[in-house]
Amino acid sequence: MSRVGILAVLIISACGAQEAPLIRANTILGDAITQPLTETAGDTIRGEQLFVSRNEGHCILCHQVDGLDAEFQGDVGPDLTLVGDRLSAGQLRLRIADYQLVQPGALMPSYYRIHDLHQVGEAYSGESVLSAQQVEDIVAYLVERRASGDDA
Amino acid sequence: MKRFAGATLIALIPACSAPPAAENATEIAAEDIVSGSIFLTAETRDLQEDNFANPGYLWVDRGEALFSKAPASGEACITCHEAGLSGVAATYPAYDEKAGRVLNLEGRINQCRVTHQSEPAWEYESEELLSVTAFVANQSLGAPVSVDVSGPAQDIYEAGRDYFQTRRGQFNLSCQQCHTENWGKRLRGDTLSQGHGNGFPAYRLEWESLGSLHRRLRDCDLGVRAEPLPYGDPLYVAVELFLAARSNGLEMESPAVRR
Ligand code: HEC
Ligand code: HEC
Ligand code: HEC
Repeated sequence: MSRVGILAVLIISACGAQEAPLIRANTILGDAITQPLTETAGDTIRGEQLFVSRNEGHCILCHQVDGLDAEFQGDVGPDLTLVGDRLSAGQLRLRIADYQLVQPGALMPSYYRIHDLHQVGEAYSGESVLSAQQVEDIVAYLVERRASGDDA
Repeated sequence: MKRFAGATLIALIPACSAPPAAENATEIAAEDIVSGSIFLTAETRDLQEDNFANPGYLWVDRGEALFSKAPASGEACITCHEAGLSGVAATYPAYDEKAGRVLNLEGRINQCRVTHQSEPAWEYESEELLSVTAFVANQSLGAPVSVDVSGPAQDIYEAGRDYFQTRRGQFNLSCQQCHTENWGKRLRGDTLSQGHGNGFPAYRLEWESLGSLHRRLRDCDLGVRAEPLPYGDPLYVAVELFLAARSNGLEMESPAVRR
């Protein structure tokens, strides 16, 4: 590859502006992604771990779920204790994957997205925060956060 | 559905160089501007206010000793600054005629090292630079932040404001979203402050050390998984100027104690 070519690739990969969106527009119906992102069904227990753990989802940085075994949950985002009563699996999936598609300017980070990001740390460049399977695990966990939920 | 098609289209436009800063960004009303220290626990605040217990004073004391000590090739700082530098730190960052650019306090001190003492500049975050900066900053304790962003500082101020309002990192968050739009809310164990620089250099319990404002900015950039700028980077100096102007009137607190 020519030197210019290498430089061009570096510039492009550094900003992510030219990455294709992970979620294609034709998989979005209304404000939901109705089809799971993976073949393997989400695992509720893994989902809860991801929701809490600092190096993975760490959703409790900004959200609270009553009854979780975790100190100091955040309140920058809404309480998710009963989110399963408000949102379907498909709506949760889109909101976790890329909330800014629901509401441009939203603060909620996009967990399954690599396009149009800026100054991304080298260690994370070209990667989404969560994998498709991890998104499914968290969806499985959150969809059960209901007043009448089976494991409430 | 139209909205989603629009979002995809925007995503496909290669926008590498200049990510958009927020338009019509909100600002904190002047009467609501408060120091980060009010979000601390009573114990941490007490620690800050006790000159004997506040660990930051170890650096202030070291700085005072360095200020009076002549370097190998030149005169001691105190020889030329006999009257001290009371109130000076509250006016930094400031445009410097000789340097032809905006300098923060660290940059201003290093300028004297180089031009008036013929010594090499101290490295950013070195014990020497931290100590002397803390000593000089502490001479403005209680003085109101009062930086000037007119004239040649204007462009730098604007560059700092743009950095503050631009989303970045894998988490795609701007400083503005945390410190202007959500201050007072809880981010895990922290309460989000308004992100002022009036306490720096500050002793951070997590660092177990005194650190510069740039070290704090790097932590915030790392927190959103963005590539932090190098210490002393002109763009961080610009952010520092924007932060100072945003907090004009707030009392200087260095060496503050932070979580
Ligand atoms: C930096 C703070 C932050 C983090 C971290 C965060 N969120 Fe959010 N979240 C928000 C905010 C704020 C909203 C409200 C929408 C908005 O304005 O962005 C939100 C909204 C939501 C909603 C919609 C809730 C409703 O009632 O409509 C869901 C679901 C959600 N987040 C899930 C998650 C999950 C799962 C994670 C971790 C993978 C997470 N969030 C991490 C800030 C955050
Ligand atoms: C995800 C939210 C978040 C973002 C984005 C963020 N910060 Fe912070 N920042 C924090 C937290 C948490 C702290 C520690 C508690 C506090 O003082 O707010 C902090 C502390 C600070 C402080 C120290 C305040 C004090 O009184 O000790 C400054 C200054 C600051 N941030 C500036 C910035 C700047 C400039 C940016 C953008 C480059 C930024 N922050 C981005 C969360 C954030
Ligand atoms: C040989 C004399 C001399 C020495 C030694 C010297 N300075 Fe200075 N300093 C000056 C002069 C003169 C100025 C005014 C600006 C200029 O002309 O550079 C100044 C300006 C400053 C300012 C900015 C004052 C303001 O009002 O904005 C600070 C801060 C400062 N010096 C700190 C120091 C420190 C710290 C040291 C030791 C590391 C030091 N100086 C050593 C002569 C000196």
